[in-house]
Amino acid sequence: MSNKTWKEIPIGGLIIEPGNSVNYKTGGWRVFKPIHDPTKCTNCLICWIYCPDSSIIVKNGKIEKFDYDHCKGCGICAKECPTKIKAITMVKEE
Amino acid sequence: MRVAMTGNEAVAYAMKQINPEVVAAYPITPQTGIMQKYAEYVANGQVDTEFLTMDSEHSAMSATIGASASGIRAMTATSSNGLAYMWEVVYIAASYRLPIVMPVVNRALSGPINIHCDHSDTMGCRDSGWIQLFSENTQEAYDNAIQALRIAEHPDVLLPAMITYDGFIISHALETLNTYEDDKVKKFIGSYNPKYPLINPDKPVTYGPLDFFDYYFEHKRQQAEGMINAKKVILEVGKAFEKEFGRSYGLFEEYRMADAELAIIVLGSTAGTAKVVVDMVREKGYKVGLIKIRSFRPFPEEELAEALKRIKVLAVMDRSLGFNGVGGPLFNDVRAALFGRNPDIKVVNYVYGLGGREITPNDIWNICNNIRDINLTGKIEKTVSYVGVRE
Ligand code: SF4
Ligand code: SF4
Repeated sequence: MSNKTWKEIPIGGLIIEPGNSVNYKTGGWRVFKPIHDPTKCTNCLICWIYCPDSSIIVKNGKIEKFDYDHCKGCGICAKECPTKIKAITMVKEE
Repeated sequence: MRVAMTGNEAVAYAMKQINPEVVAAYPITPQTGIMQKYAEYVANGQVDTEFLTMDSEHSAMSATIGASASGIRAMTATSSNGLAYMWEVVYIAASYRLPIVMPVVNRALSGPINIHCDHSDTMGCRDSGWIQLFSENTQEAYDNAIQALRIAEHPDVLLPAMITYDGFIISHALETLNTYEDDKVKKFIGSYNPKYPLINPDKPVTYGPLDFFDYYFEHKRQQAEGMINAKKVILEVGKAFEKEFGRSYGLFEEYRMADAELAIIVLGSTAGTAKVVVDMVREKGYKVGLIKIRSFRPFPEEELAEALKRIKVLAVMDRSLGFNGVGGPLFNDVRAALFGRNPDIKVVNYVYGLGGREITPNDIWNICNNIRDINLTGKIEKTVSYVGVRE
């Protein structure tokens, strides 16, 4: 998203286009990155429910990947993944 | 129609003619009279307003903001600590660019607690992004309420506006004024057509999202532009008002300034007293004129400097203190306006009337004597004087 001048944007800080937060890449905020291990995962989708940034992509009922453009690395998915499974690990970003 | 009303009644009457969809209010002296009268209009079915009695001024302003953002006209009113309690959301109304019109009946800020007039309340939020129009009397309070709506809603401005008048002196005193017919007022203010109403399922918008280092500055720059544009719009609306209702309004009023060498600058009801004194000292041969600021925000810097270009000594009367160790807020702005423009003028500050302390013609006469002496001797003994305080 290129930054516009003050003359080009709606006044008052309004967002006039619904759902455009997808254009705002929050992935750069990340310190720890979630890594998924499909061999351990039972596809219970608990992580998907908890992810506050809708950054866990599910395909045909299975965890496919993370949306690293928007994942902020909060670690909630890793925390919520059931204790006996622990299919997500948080790894420090290089 | 020629009628007798208190300042509060006259402003409530203007609001009745504006007939905003929402009025949210919380009582505070000396504003209460406006909302008491307005509640009567609501109860009598004379307006279509949804009248919200809130639990605080912070809530009243918040409700007004929400209502205004939804795309309708919304109003509230307050005084003194009520305005102080609104503070946080006062800034938000301006930054959301909501053209809310709010009468503020000037009253001293606590503490010590006091209910009488000075300008410390609105001066406290002079840079909150609201337009501020001061009124000398009941007529001007009524006229300003009507004009403020059209100024605030102008697409080049889109900023909220306070119209202020002096607590008790104007708010509670009965004066005669001309009111205008409902349909003429209605036509003058027109209808409000917001570009981005919050309630519009076909065009959803978000108000108040997070705004960081990448765009906050741009939004503030836009806000600055709205205030700069307000100056031209205030003049345009003033002209249109004169055409329709016969009374002319500008950024400030000049009284006997044409040949003046000495001048007084003043805000609010004291201008009435000061004009009488100007007439009296004129008979003694003092060439004194007066400027009454109407638009304090935006501040008419260049225009003032131009109007004061022949003035040798200027007395700035402040009905509030700026605790900056320098002088009152009007004094500081006027001096800044003259800096680099009028190199030879001498400017002195008279702080007066705090907490409702009376200002008499005699006090203003003394001010005229002081500035005449400064002109004769070329010497300023005191830059800031406190008029009427026991020394
Ligand atoms: S780390 Fe946080 S943001 Fe990223 S996928 Fe997990 S829950 Fe979502
Ligand atoms: S919470 Fe764990 S097990 Fe369940 S879907 Fe997510 S990664 Fe797989």
